[in-house]
Amino acid sequence: MREILSVSSSPHIRHHETTCGIMTDVVIALMPSAVFGCILFGFKAAAVLITCVVVAVLSEYVWDKALKKPNSVKDMSAVVTGLLLGMNLPSAIPLWQAAIGSVFAIIVVKQMFGGIGCNFANPAIAARIMLLVSFPASMTRFMEPISDTVSSATPLLYAGGEKSFVHPFKTLFFGMHAGSIGETSAFLLLVGALYLIVRRIISPVIPACFIGTVALLSLISGENPVISVFGGGLILGAVFMATDYTTSPASLLGKAIFGVGCGIVTFVIRKFGALTEGVSYAILLMNILVPYIDRFTLSKPFGYIKPGKEKAE
Amino acid sequence: MNNKYLGYFTNGIIKENPTLRLVLGTCPTLAVTTAAVNGIGMGLSATLVLVCSNLAISLLRNVIPDKVRIPAYITIIAGFVSVVQMLVKAFLPSVDKALGIYLPLIVVNCIILARAEMFASKHSVLPSVLDGLGMGIGFTAVLTLMGAIREILGAGTLFSLPITAKFIDPMIIFLLPPGGFFVFGILVAASNALAKKNGKKIAEHLGCEACPSKGVCGNAVKEAAENEQ
Repeated sequence: MREILSVSSSPHIRHHETTCGIMTDVVIALMPSAVFGCILFGFKAAAVLITCVVVAVLSEYVWDKALKKPNSVKDMSAVVTGLLLGMNLPSAIPLWQAAIGSVFAIIVVKQMFGGIGCNFANPAIAARIMLLVSFPASMTRFMEPISDTVSSATPLLYAGGEKSFVHPFKTLFFGMHAGSIGETSAFLLLVGALYLIVRRIISPVIPACFIGTVALLSLISGENPVISVFGGGLILGAVFMATDYTTSPASLLGKAIFGVGCGIVTFVIRKFGALTEGVSYAILLMNILVPYIDRFTLSKPFGYIKPGKEKAE
Repeated sequence: MNNKYLGYFTNGIIKENPTLRLVLGTCPTLAVTTAAVNGIGMGLSATLVLVCSNLAISLLRNVIPDKVRIPAYITIIAGFVSVVQMLVKAFLPSVDKALGIYLPLIVVNCIILARAEMFASKHSVLPSVLDGLGMGIGFTAVLTLMGAIREILGAGTLFSLPITAKFIDPMIIFLLPPGGFFVFGILVAASNALAKKNGKKIAEHLGCEACPSKGVCGNAVKEAAENEQ
């Protein structure tokens, strides 16, 4: 097979980009908010992040060894999955629960479906939802920043307007509020997003459509769009999770449909559902629809005429 | 001769286990196995119906006209299900409550209909009864195993006795539908791996061919490419 491939005459455009390079860029983009989360929520947050990454990499290694597959740890994708999962967890979660999440993400969601490039959903999102369903108590216990006070309320809880909201925009934007480890600082997440967009790792279409839809819908429904956009996991999800190559559409139109769909589902869950946060469910649902979105947004070859039309002329 | 009858009996337990090898009766398998005791209850009820219906259908196999055999089988099965349902309601009300709608739904359990069609209608009485018994025991065993796994992981108990509930938070997801699919999938995979190791055919694998997303899913494309090589 390899010999046949090597004598073919097609243009061999090779790009210096590798999976490992892309994943490293994502890790770099995630670093500011990860470090900020560790400062904000202290040693426990760092322990959660490290546990998630180490367990994810170990799971990948053990799976490859057990099934005698080539070692895929070096492509860094397990590191990204572990880090993203850790940033999506509250800092007070018991470490063994975080570890179960990592194993689930790598083994069940990624490797059992064929490894990198074949997962049907974003592993970190699926693992977060699995943990949320399994351990609802520890997944909704958030810490107040720079203190050991337990608070069960992220700013999203106030978005309904039942309680008066005390955080001004600045607190929300720079992330001095309760929440998951990596979701609080909108500013640092946007810095990461900018880095990825400039390096052309992600296209801005999905995050823009996703965040824009949520903002627009909350504005129309009379909620404070500032809280909707900056108060929860929206930016983390829209920039780093919804843009996963395997689980997002290929074409521009597809990406837009995907982003808007994520936004609508997020808004509907937040507004009408029993949960305060809907970003992860929205992304998971749209992940599953990606093959169908791709099918409906196939790009037409240049000069293509529909067979029916040709006859009419 | 004895060996042959033993074969009819053991066939359903391992070699053609209805849930893991024939992949039949998936609905009750997923729905009622939230606790080990439910698995036993469902399994034994189905076994009783299976043995009785196999017996009756085998006796009547030369009388039932071929064109209306399915309605005839269903009528016979429904009769026995009614008997079992009344018995369970009267003597084990807690099991009846736990199984809910899935107890009367044994009428349309494909294991029972499949054994009637594939076995009882072509064999004499004794083999049919033994086949029904074996299939029923295989079904019960898998349901109990799944119920036990889901109960230990999801509630920390086994047969309602606390195992890990005191020192580990149970993972509630295993009591919910997704947990049922996880455990079922992994058990089928494990039984396939065992079958492969022993050189047997794996459970009928329609694989990606049967999936509506096959043309657009990465894994399906990969599998097709592997098959071509």
